[in-house]
Amino acid sequence: MSIIEARGLGRRYGKRWALEDCTLSLPEGRLVALIGPNGAGKSTLLNMIVGLTAPTAGELTVLDGHPAGSPAALDGIAFVAQDMPLYRNLTVADMVHLTRNLNVSFDTAAANRRLADLGIDPKQKAGKLSGGQQAQLALSLALARQPRLLVLDEPTAPLDPLARHDFMATVMTAMAEDGISVILSSHLLAELEKVADHLVLIADGRVRVDGPVDELIDAHRLVTAPRGALPQGCDVIESSGSHQLVRLAAPLPAALPSRPVGIEELTLAYFRQGTLIGAAS
Amino acid sequence: MEFRLDPASGVPTYLQLVQQVEQALRLGYLKPGDQLPKVREVVAALAINPNTVLKAYRELEHKGLAAGRPGRGTFVEASLGEPTLPALTDLRRGLKTWLAKADAAGLDDDGIVALVTSTMRDFRQRRPDDERGRDVG
Repeated sequence: MSIIEARGLGRRYGKRWALEDCTLSLPEGRLVALIGPNGAGKSTLLNMIVGLTAPTAGELTVLDGHPAGSPAALDGIAFVAQDMPLYRNLTVADMVHLTRNLNVSFDTAAANRRLADLGIDPKQKAGKLSGGQQAQLALSLALARQPRLLVLDEPTAPLDPLARHDFMATVMTAMAEDGISVILSSHLLAELEKVADHLVLIADGRVRVDGPVDELIDAHRLVTAPRGALPQGCDVIESSGSHQLVRLAAPLPAALPSRPVGIEELTLAYFRQGTLIGAAS
Repeated sequence: MEFRLDPASGVPTYLQLVQQVEQALRLGYLKPGDQLPKVREVVAALAINPNTVLKAYRELEHKGLAAGRPGRGTFVEASLGEPTLPALTDLRRGLKTWLAKADAAGLDDDGIVALVTSTMRDFRQRRPDDERGRDVG
Protein backbone atom coordinates (compact mmCIF):
# COMPACT_ATOMS: atom_id res chain seq x y z
CA MET A 1 0.00 0.00 0.00
CA SER A 2 1.26 3.47 -0.76
CA ILE A 3 0.95 6.53 1.42
CA ILE A 4 1.85 9.03 -1.32
CA GLU A 5 1.25 8.90 -5.06
CA ALA A 6 2.68 11.56 -7.34
CA ARG A 7 2.27 11.58 -11.12
CA GLY A 8 4.03 14.13 -13.27
CA LEU A 9 4.10 16.44 -10.26
CA GLY A 10 5.71 19.85 -10.71
CA ARG A 11 5.93 23.24 -9.05
CA ARG A 12 7.13 26.36 -10.78
CA TYR A 13 8.13 29.65 -9.16
CA GLY A 14 8.18 32.35 -11.85
CA LYS A 15 10.16 30.82 -14.69
CA ARG A 16 12.06 28.32 -12.56
CA TRP A 17 10.79 24.79 -11.90
CA ALA A 18 11.57 23.96 -8.25
CA LEU A 19 10.36 20.41 -8.91
CA GLU A 20 9.59 18.89 -12.28
CA ASP A 21 7.93 15.73 -13.59
CA CYS A 22 8.05 13.90 -10.27
CA THR A 23 6.45 10.45 -10.25
CA LEU A 24 6.60 8.53 -6.99
CA SER A 25 4.77 5.84 -5.08
CA LEU A 26 5.88 5.76 -1.45
CA PRO A 27 5.09 2.74 0.77
CA GLU A 28 3.11 2.92 4.03
CA GLY A 29 4.63 1.96 7.40
CA ARG A 30 8.14 2.95 6.33
CA LEU A 31 10.56 5.78 6.91
CA VAL A 32 11.22 7.45 3.58
CA ALA A 33 14.36 9.57 3.52
CA LEU A 34 14.28 12.49 1.12
CA ILE A 35 17.76 13.65 0.26
CA GLY A 36 19.35 16.07 -2.14
CA PRO A 37 21.59 19.14 -2.29
CA ASN A 38 20.26 22.49 -1.05
CA GLY A 39 17.73 23.95 -3.47
CA ALA A 40 17.10 20.55 -5.05
CA GLY A 41 13.34 20.70 -4.46
CA LYS A 42 13.01 18.70 -1.22
CA SER A 43 11.13 21.33 0.77
CA THR A 44 8.95 22.10 -2.26
CA LEU A 45 7.88 18.44 -2.40
CA LEU A 46 7.28 18.28 1.37
CA ASN A 47 5.28 21.52 1.30
CA MET A 48 3.06 20.10 -1.45
CA ILE A 49 2.57 16.84 0.48
CA VAL A 50 1.38 18.71 3.58
CA GLY A 51 -0.81 21.07 1.53
CA LEU A 52 1.10 24.31 2.10
CA THR A 53 1.93 24.67 -1.59
CA ALA A 54 -0.30 23.79 -4.54
CA PRO A 55 1.20 21.89 -7.49
CA THR A 56 1.65 23.74 -10.80
CA ALA A 57 1.49 20.50 -12.77
CA GLY A 58 0.56 16.87 -12.27
CA GLU A 59 -1.26 15.02 -9.52
CA LEU A 60 -0.54 14.39 -5.86
CA THR A 61 -2.64 12.18 -3.58
CA VAL A 62 -1.91 11.13 0.00
CA LEU A 63 -3.18 8.54 2.52
CA ASP A 64 -6.05 6.75 0.74
CA GLY A 65 -6.01 8.71 -2.48
CA HIS A 66 -7.05 12.04 -0.97
CA PRO A 67 -5.81 15.07 -2.90
CA ALA A 68 -2.98 16.79 -1.00
CA GLY A 69 -4.33 19.74 0.97
CA SER A 70 -7.89 18.35 1.23
CA PRO A 71 -9.42 18.21 4.76
CA ALA A 72 -9.09 14.42 4.98
CA ALA A 73 -5.44 14.69 3.95
CA LEU A 74 -4.68 17.45 6.45
CA ASP A 75 -6.25 15.47 9.30
CA GLY A 76 -3.99 12.48 8.76
CA ILE A 77 -0.70 14.30 8.29
CA ALA A 78 1.45 16.05 10.90
CA PHE A 79 4.30 18.30 9.84
CA VAL A 80 7.31 19.57 11.73
CA ALA A 81 8.92 22.33 9.66
CA GLN A 82 12.61 23.15 9.48
CA ASP A 83 12.43 26.11 11.89
CA MET A 84 10.53 24.30 14.72
CA PRO A 85 7.44 26.51 14.72
CA LEU A 86 6.82 27.32 18.40
CA TYR A 87 5.57 30.47 20.08
CA ARG A 88 8.62 31.41 22.11
CA ASN A 89 6.71 33.36 24.77
CA LEU A 90 4.12 30.66 25.42
CA THR A 91 4.74 28.05 28.09
CA VAL A 92 4.93 24.37 27.18
CA ALA A 93 1.46 23.86 28.75
CA ASP A 94 0.07 26.75 26.67
CA MET A 95 1.53 25.25 23.50
CA VAL A 96 -0.23 21.95 24.28
CA HIS A 97 -3.49 23.80 25.00
CA LEU A 98 -3.23 25.87 21.80
CA THR A 99 -2.42 22.89 19.59
CA ARG A 100 -5.31 20.92 21.10
CA ASN A 101 -7.74 23.71 20.24
CA LEU A 102 -6.41 24.10 16.70
CA ASN A 103 -6.87 20.43 15.81
CA VAL A 104 -9.81 18.09 15.34
CA SER A 105 -8.14 15.20 17.07
CA PHE A 106 -5.46 15.67 19.71
CA ASP A 107 -4.43 13.29 22.48
CA THR A 108 -3.62 15.70 25.33
CA ALA A 109 -2.83 12.90 27.79
CA ALA A 110 -0.34 11.34 25.37
CA ALA A 111 1.33 14.71 24.75
CA ASN A 112 1.67 15.41 28.48
CA ARG A 113 2.94 11.88 29.16
CA ARG A 114 5.57 12.16 26.44
CA LEU A 115 6.72 15.58 27.67
CA ALA A 116 6.92 14.29 31.25
CA ASP A 117 8.99 11.30 30.07
CA LEU A 118 11.36 13.76 28.41
CA GLY A 119 11.62 15.81 31.60
CA ILE A 120 10.23 18.96 29.96
CA ASP A 121 8.68 21.33 32.51
CA PRO A 122 5.15 22.42 31.43
CA LYS A 123 5.63 25.84 33.09
CA GLN A 124 8.80 26.61 31.11
CA LYS A 125 8.52 29.08 28.21
CA ALA A 126 9.05 27.40 24.84
CA GLY A 127 11.73 29.92 23.92
CA LYS A 128 13.74 29.07 27.03
CA LEU A 129 13.98 25.34 26.24
CA SER A 130 17.20 23.89 24.83
CA GLY A 131 17.30 23.21 21.08
CA GLY A 132 16.80 19.51 21.69
CA GLN A 133 13.80 20.13 23.97
CA GLN A 134 12.22 22.54 21.47
CA ALA A 135 12.51 19.89 18.80
CA GLN A 136 11.03 17.27 21.14
CA LEU A 137 8.16 19.65 22.01
CA ALA A 138 7.35 20.28 18.34
CA LEU A 139 7.53 16.50 17.72
CA SER A 140 5.35 15.66 20.74
CA LEU A 141 2.69 18.13 19.56
CA ALA A 142 2.80 16.63 16.05
CA LEU A 143 2.52 13.03 17.35
CA ALA A 144 -0.36 13.91 19.71
CA ARG A 145 -2.44 14.65 16.60
CA GLN A 146 -2.22 10.88 15.99
CA PRO A 147 -1.22 11.22 12.34
CA ARG A 148 -0.90 8.35 9.88
CA LEU A 149 1.92 10.22 8.21
CA LEU A 150 4.56 12.33 9.94
CA VAL A 151 6.48 14.75 7.73
CA LEU A 152 9.79 16.10 9.06
CA ASP A 153 11.79 18.75 7.20
CA GLU A 154 15.42 18.57 8.38
CA PRO A 155 14.35 18.28 12.00
CA THR A 156 17.67 17.30 13.52
CA ALA A 157 20.01 19.62 11.63
CA PRO A 158 20.53 22.12 14.52
CA LEU A 159 20.73 19.48 17.27
CA ASP A 160 23.75 18.00 19.04
CA PRO A 161 24.36 14.25 18.58
CA LEU A 162 22.67 13.20 21.82
CA ALA A 163 19.57 15.35 21.14
CA ARG A 164 19.47 13.94 17.59
CA HIS A 165 19.60 10.39 18.93
CA ASP A 166 16.79 11.10 21.41
CA PHE A 167 14.67 12.83 18.75
CA MET A 168 15.00 9.91 16.34
CA ALA A 169 14.32 7.44 19.17
CA THR A 170 10.98 9.21 19.74
CA VAL A 171 10.16 9.05 16.02
CA MET A 172 11.14 5.37 15.78
CA THR A 173 9.11 4.50 18.89
CA ALA A 174 6.03 6.15 17.33
CA MET A 175 6.61 4.01 14.23
CA ALA A 176 6.87 0.84 16.35
CA GLU A 177 3.88 1.61 18.57
CA ASP A 178 1.41 3.28 16.23
CA GLY A 179 2.59 2.06 12.83
CA ILE A 180 2.87 5.58 11.45
CA SER A 181 4.70 6.34 8.23
CA VAL A 182 7.43 8.96 8.18
CA ILE A 183 8.92 11.15 5.48
CA LEU A 184 12.10 12.85 6.54
CA SER A 185 14.34 15.22 4.63
CA SER A 186 17.89 15.33 5.87
CA HIS A 187 21.48 16.15 5.01
CA LEU A 188 22.83 13.85 7.71
CA LEU A 189 23.57 10.94 5.43
CA ALA A 190 25.50 8.83 7.93
CA GLU A 191 22.51 8.89 10.27
CA LEU A 192 20.05 7.70 7.63
CA GLU A 193 21.74 4.30 7.52
CA LYS A 194 20.08 3.45 10.85
CA VAL A 195 16.62 4.83 10.21
CA ALA A 196 15.66 4.81 6.52
CA ASP A 197 13.73 2.02 4.75
CA HIS A 198 13.27 3.86 1.51
CA LEU A 199 15.33 6.47 -0.28
CA VAL A 200 14.26 9.25 -2.62
CA LEU A 201 17.11 11.30 -4.04
CA ILE A 202 16.30 14.62 -5.67
CA ALA A 203 18.71 16.85 -7.54
CA ASP A 204 18.05 19.85 -9.78
CA GLY A 205 14.31 19.53 -9.28
CA ARG A 206 14.13 15.92 -10.46
CA VAL A 207 13.92 12.51 -8.81
CA ARG A 208 17.19 10.66 -9.48
CA VAL A 209 16.83 7.57 -7.29
CA ASP A 210 13.74 6.04 -5.70
CA GLY A 211 13.68 2.66 -4.02
CA PRO A 212 13.91 0.51 -0.88
CA VAL A 213 17.28 0.98 0.85
CA ASP A 214 18.06 -2.77 0.87
CA GLU A 215 17.50 -3.04 -2.88
CA LEU A 216 19.56 0.06 -3.62
CA ILE A 217 22.44 -1.19 -1.46
CA ASP A 218 22.30 -4.60 -3.17
CA ALA A 219 22.19 -3.00 -6.60
CA HIS A 220 25.36 -0.92 -6.20
CA ARG A 221 29.02 -1.87 -5.67
CA LEU A 222 32.36 -0.16 -5.70
CA VAL A 223 34.60 -2.04 -8.13
CA THR A 224 38.35 -1.70 -8.00
CA ALA A 225 39.25 -2.01 -11.66
CA PRO A 226 39.61 0.30 -14.67
CA ARG A 227 36.39 1.26 -16.39
CA GLY A 228 37.19 -0.92 -19.40
CA ALA A 229 37.20 -4.05 -17.24
CA LEU A 230 33.53 -3.70 -16.33
CA PRO A 231 31.06 -6.15 -17.88
CA GLN A 232 28.36 -4.96 -20.29
CA GLY A 233 25.23 -3.45 -18.80
CA CYS A 234 26.89 -1.87 -15.74
CA ASP A 235 25.72 1.67 -15.14
CA VAL A 236 28.74 3.69 -13.94
CA ILE A 237 27.57 6.29 -11.41
CA GLU A 238 31.00 7.58 -10.51
CA SER A 239 34.38 6.86 -12.01
CA SER A 240 37.68 7.79 -10.42
CA GLY A 241 40.51 6.05 -12.25
CA SER A 242 40.84 2.70 -10.54
CA HIS A 243 37.48 2.81 -8.70
CA GLN A 244 34.05 2.56 -10.31
CA LEU A 245 30.82 2.93 -8.40
CA VAL A 246 28.34 0.97 -10.50
CA ARG A 247 24.68 0.10 -10.57
CA LEU A 248 24.50 -3.59 -11.43
CA ALA A 249 22.33 -5.10 -14.10
CA ALA A 250 23.62 -8.61 -13.30
CA PRO A 251 25.99 -10.07 -10.67
CA LEU A 252 29.63 -9.08 -11.17
CA PRO A 253 32.17 -11.71 -12.24
CA ALA A 254 33.72 -13.22 -9.10
CA ALA A 255 37.22 -12.26 -10.26
CA LEU A 256 36.43 -8.54 -10.17
CA PRO A 257 37.35 -7.11 -6.74
CA SER A 258 34.46 -5.12 -5.31
CA ARG A 259 32.79 -4.17 -2.06
CA PRO A 260 29.32 -2.96 -1.04
CA VAL A 261 28.66 0.76 -0.55
CA GLY A 262 26.65 2.49 2.19
CA ILE A 263 23.94 5.11 1.82
CA GLU A 264 26.38 7.97 2.33
CA GLU A 265 28.84 6.86 -0.35
CA LEU A 266 26.04 6.02 -2.75
CA THR A 267 24.30 9.34 -2.28
CA LEU A 268 27.44 11.44 -2.69
CA ALA A 269 28.16 9.66 -5.96
CA TYR A 270 24.69 10.50 -7.29
CA PHE A 271 25.02 14.10 -6.07
CA ARG A 272 28.27 14.51 -7.99
CA GLN A 273 26.95 12.90 -11.12
CA GLY A 274 25.91 15.55 -13.60
CA THR A 275 23.75 13.54 -15.95
CA LEU A 276 20.20 12.44 -15.40
CA ILE A 277 19.47 8.95 -14.18
CA GLY A 278 16.02 7.60 -14.91
CA ALA A 279 13.99 7.26 -11.70
CA ALA A 280 14.88 3.64 -11.38
CA SER A 281 13.86 0.40 -9.64
CA MET B 1 19.97 -8.77 26.83
CA GLU B 2 20.78 -5.38 25.36
CA PHE B 3 21.96 -4.68 21.84
CA ARG B 4 24.91 -2.43 21.02
CA LEU B 5 25.61 -1.15 17.52
CA ASP B 6 29.01 -0.69 15.98
CA PRO B 7 28.56 2.02 13.34
CA ALA B 8 32.08 1.54 12.02
CA SER B 9 31.78 -2.21 11.43
CA GLY B 10 30.20 -1.90 7.98
CA VAL B 11 27.90 -4.80 8.96
CA PRO B 12 24.24 -3.99 8.23
CA THR B 13 22.28 -3.10 11.37
CA TYR B 14 19.84 -6.05 11.18
CA LEU B 15 22.77 -8.45 10.85
CA GLN B 16 24.49 -6.96 13.89
CA LEU B 17 21.34 -7.72 15.89
CA VAL B 18 21.22 -11.30 14.53
CA GLN B 19 24.89 -11.86 15.33
CA GLN B 20 24.52 -10.51 18.86
CA VAL B 21 21.64 -12.89 19.59
CA GLU B 22 23.66 -15.78 18.14
CA GLN B 23 26.63 -14.82 20.27
CA ALA B 24 24.47 -14.61 23.39
CA LEU B 25 23.12 -18.09 22.57
CA ARG B 26 26.59 -19.46 22.02
CA LEU B 27 27.82 -18.10 25.33
CA GLY B 28 24.72 -19.30 27.16
CA TYR B 29 23.47 -15.81 28.11
CA LEU B 30 20.23 -16.60 26.27
CA LYS B 31 18.42 -19.92 26.64
CA PRO B 32 15.36 -21.48 25.00
CA GLY B 33 12.23 -19.86 26.40
CA ASP B 34 13.93 -16.50 27.04
CA GLN B 35 12.20 -13.48 25.53
CA LEU B 36 14.13 -11.28 23.12
CA PRO B 37 13.88 -7.53 23.79
CA LYS B 38 10.59 -6.07 22.56
CA VAL B 39 10.83 -4.20 19.25
CA ARG B 40 9.72 -0.99 20.95
CA GLU B 41 12.49 -1.29 23.57
CA VAL B 42 15.22 -1.88 20.98
CA VAL B 43 13.98 1.02 18.87
CA ALA B 44 13.82 3.41 21.84
CA ALA B 45 17.31 2.48 23.01
CA LEU B 46 19.12 2.50 19.65
CA ALA B 47 17.00 4.97 17.61
CA ILE B 48 16.80 2.50 14.74
CA ASN B 49 13.94 1.70 12.39
CA PRO B 50 11.50 -0.87 13.84
CA ASN B 51 11.43 -2.65 10.48
CA THR B 52 15.16 -3.36 10.95
CA VAL B 53 14.47 -5.12 14.27
CA LEU B 54 11.58 -7.06 12.71
CA LYS B 55 13.89 -8.11 9.88
CA ALA B 56 16.50 -9.36 12.37
CA TYR B 57 13.87 -11.32 14.32
CA ARG B 58 12.48 -12.80 11.09
CA GLU B 59 16.00 -13.91 10.19
CA LEU B 60 16.36 -15.58 13.62
CA GLU B 61 13.00 -17.30 13.08
CA HIS B 62 14.12 -18.41 9.64
CA LYS B 63 17.22 -19.95 11.22
CA GLY B 64 15.00 -21.76 13.72
CA LEU B 65 16.58 -19.94 16.66
CA ALA B 66 13.55 -17.89 17.70
CA ALA B 67 9.79 -17.88 17.28
CA GLY B 68 7.24 -15.08 17.45
CA ARG B 69 4.24 -15.50 19.74
CA PRO B 70 1.41 -13.24 18.56
CA GLY B 71 0.81 -10.34 20.92
CA ARG B 72 3.58 -11.38 23.28
CA GLY B 73 6.90 -11.03 21.52
CA THR B 74 9.72 -13.15 20.17
CA PHE B 75 11.19 -16.00 22.19
CA VAL B 76 14.32 -18.12 21.92
CA GLU B 77 13.54 -21.56 20.49
CA ALA B 78 16.88 -23.29 20.24
CA SER B 79 20.36 -23.01 21.63
CA LEU B 80 23.59 -22.77 19.68
CA GLY B 81 26.24 -25.29 20.69
CA GLU B 82 25.44 -24.46 24.29
CA PRO B 83 28.76 -25.07 25.94
CA THR B 84 28.12 -25.41 29.65
CA LEU B 85 29.65 -22.87 31.99
CA PRO B 86 32.35 -25.23 33.32
CA ALA B 87 33.33 -25.95 29.70
CA LEU B 88 33.60 -22.21 29.05
CA THR B 89 35.78 -21.70 32.11
CA ASP B 90 38.04 -24.52 30.96
CA LEU B 91 38.26 -23.09 27.42
CA ARG B 92 39.03 -19.64 28.80
CA ARG B 93 41.86 -21.05 30.92
CA GLY B 94 43.33 -22.82 27.87
CA LEU B 95 43.05 -19.60 25.87
CA LYS B 96 44.90 -17.63 28.56
CA THR B 97 47.76 -20.12 28.48
CA TRP B 98 47.87 -19.83 24.70
CA LEU B 99 47.78 -16.01 24.87
CA ALA B 100 50.73 -16.01 27.26
CA LYS B 101 52.67 -18.10 24.71
CA ALA B 102 51.70 -15.74 21.87
CA ASP B 103 52.80 -12.82 24.01
CA ALA B 104 56.14 -14.46 24.75
CA ALA B 105 56.59 -15.09 21.02
CA GLY B 106 56.33 -11.34 20.47
CA LEU B 107 52.85 -11.12 18.90
CA ASP B 108 50.90 -7.94 19.62
CA ASP B 109 47.06 -7.78 19.83
CA ASP B 110 46.62 -7.18 16.09
CA GLY B 111 48.94 -10.06 15.32
CA ILE B 112 47.00 -12.38 17.62
CA VAL B 113 43.65 -11.40 16.09
CA ALA B 114 45.05 -11.89 12.57
CA LEU B 115 46.39 -15.32 13.50
CA VAL B 116 43.13 -16.40 15.14
CA THR B 117 41.04 -15.12 12.22
CA SER B 118 43.11 -16.84 9.54
CA THR B 119 43.36 -20.11 11.51
CA MET B 120 39.61 -20.06 12.09
CA ARG B 121 39.04 -19.53 8.37
CA ASP B 122 41.22 -22.57 7.54
CA PHE B 123 39.39 -24.57 10.18
CA ARG B 124 35.95 -23.63 8.85
CA GLN B 125 36.90 -24.28 5.24
CA ARG B 126 37.45 -27.89 6.15
CA ARG B 127 33.86 -27.97 7.40
CA PRO B 128 31.91 -26.52 4.47
CA ASP B 129 28.59 -27.54 6.07
CA ASP B 130 29.17 -24.95 8.75
CA GLU B 131 27.28 -21.80 7.77
CA ARG B 132 28.82 -19.43 10.26
CA GLY B 133 31.72 -18.33 8.14
CA ARG B 134 29.63 -17.33 5.13
CA ASP B 135 30.11 -14.00 3.45
CA VAL B 136 27.71 -11.40 4.72
CA GLY B 137 28.59 -8.62 2.29
